[in-house]
Amino acid sequence: MPIVRPFLGFCESLGYQLELFGAVLVRLGSVPARSRWIVEQLYQGAVQGVHVVLLVGLFMGMIVSLQTGIELARIGQQDQIGTIVAVSMAREMGPFITATILAATMGSSIAAEIGTMAVSDELAALEVLSVDRIRFLVLPRIVALAIAAPLLTILCDAIGILGGGFVAQSQLNVSFQLYADSAVEALRDPGSVLPLPKDVYSGLVKAFVFGVLIAVIGSAAGLRARGGALGVGIATRQAVRDSIITIIIANYFMTWFMYQA
Amino acid sequence: MSAAPEPAGAPESVIRFVDVHKAFGAQKVLQGLSFEVGRGRTLAIMGPSGTGKSVVLRHAIGLIRPDRGLVEVEGRDVGKLSKRDLSDLRRRMGFLFQEGALINWLSVGENVALPLRENTRMKDAEIRDLAQAKLELVHIPDAWSKMPAQISGGMKKRVGLARALVTDPEIILYDEPNAGLDPEIAASINELIREVQQELHVTSIVVEHRVGCIKTVADEVLFLEGGRALVQLPPDRFFSSDHPRLVQFLGANPD
Repeated sequence: MPIVRPFLGFCESLGYQLELFGAVLVRLGSVPARSRWIVEQLYQGAVQGVHVVLLVGLFMGMIVSLQTGIELARIGQQDQIGTIVAVSMAREMGPFITATILAATMGSSIAAEIGTMAVSDELAALEVLSVDRIRFLVLPRIVALAIAAPLLTILCDAIGILGGGFVAQSQLNVSFQLYADSAVEALRDPGSVLPLPKDVYSGLVKAFVFGVLIAVIGSAAGLRARGGALGVGIATRQAVRDSIITIIIANYFMTWFMYQA
Repeated sequence: MSAAPEPAGAPESVIRFVDVHKAFGAQKVLQGLSFEVGRGRTLAIMGPSGTGKSVVLRHAIGLIRPDRGLVEVEGRDVGKLSKRDLSDLRRRMGFLFQEGALINWLSVGENVALPLRENTRMKDAEIRDLAQAKLELVHIPDAWSKMPAQISGGMKKRVGLARALVTDPEIILYDEPNAGLDPEIAASINELIREVQQELHVTSIVVEHRVGCIKTVADEVLFLEGGRALVQLPPDRFFSSDHPRLVQFLGANPD
């Protein structure tokens, strides 16, 4: 049956990713010894990706502000624009946009780097040298992305809310002060788990999970790459595709768990 | 196999393949390969492309497990070793990959130091001294801070050899050490292999096509064809053999 082979491939791939994640968990004690590599990966992931996140976040906030502002103005509720932009950025847009950017940049880069090592005998060399590939290659990347994703999400949220404010003031005749007050008020609502604004920390928890997912999927695709440059290309494409699909599915379940369950 | 090394007075066998079979899908690569390498000896493996020469090396170091047969190193069945035991065994072995297989984002010095950094609790200064000593042994004392992308193919092989030697292995496996090198650099690599053998008394397998390399480094030569050892002879007898297949192969491959 034509569906059987892709399904088996999916199960095999998922099994490998879970096994890899488990192997990383049992090596978490090695994080301090890997700090040099974690910082290096963090620089690549967070610092070098900042401008993209800022640019996309800014325009996303502007779009949300404009789209909702036009509709709210029809019913005379444009003073609520700040609430809507702030809540959408903190809960969904910030973590999701940041994760999508990280999947396209860091996820693909992790798969390509490790995949190139796989097809050029560098992984075999590590094995021959008795170097633990998971501790050496995968752990620093996962920890770095788990840190980078929430940090970039904070930036994305902030610039998006700011961008929304510019649009509210310049195109929808809502004063920046009014916009900012409603945005801050909307994000004040504390959660039952932590004494922090729920919409902010739930977004950051999502970002953390997305960061881990992107790194695990990218590393797994790279480690399984075979067959020269073509194989590296396939691994990279798979990593980005699978990361985005997984982020969307995980996002739904986390939203359900955090706001409904 | 038409000839075998004389057992009388032969050194203790360190690497032993007995009736090893290996297939990748429908392609049968090894079909009953048997040979032995004595302690301190160097066996060169020669044969047409695609006959599984590199596969032999990968079996010896446990990167591949045989479908059938025995691969024994230092009296231990490599195919049945646990991960930990295999790792212990590998620390006594070195492997020079065809292209060097250097980690691209580490400097030359860090590449050589890598096995010590990852597997020992030695101090940084000690690791640096040991790695630098190996770089000196392979005649590239000033290469520490260079990156793999900045160095030539010949230099990559030297770095790969320094990395293979840094744990003071008793066995070294060379996968086509002359591949992609011009004759002058190839000759210097062959000399280097010879020096390593003489100074460190290691047991080696060298997979190589070039006659010059084999004449310089080998104590015995094995000709691999059809997944089996066709002959295993000392170099002088190998290159003067009147075996029709050897005559045909060497006639087409005079270098």
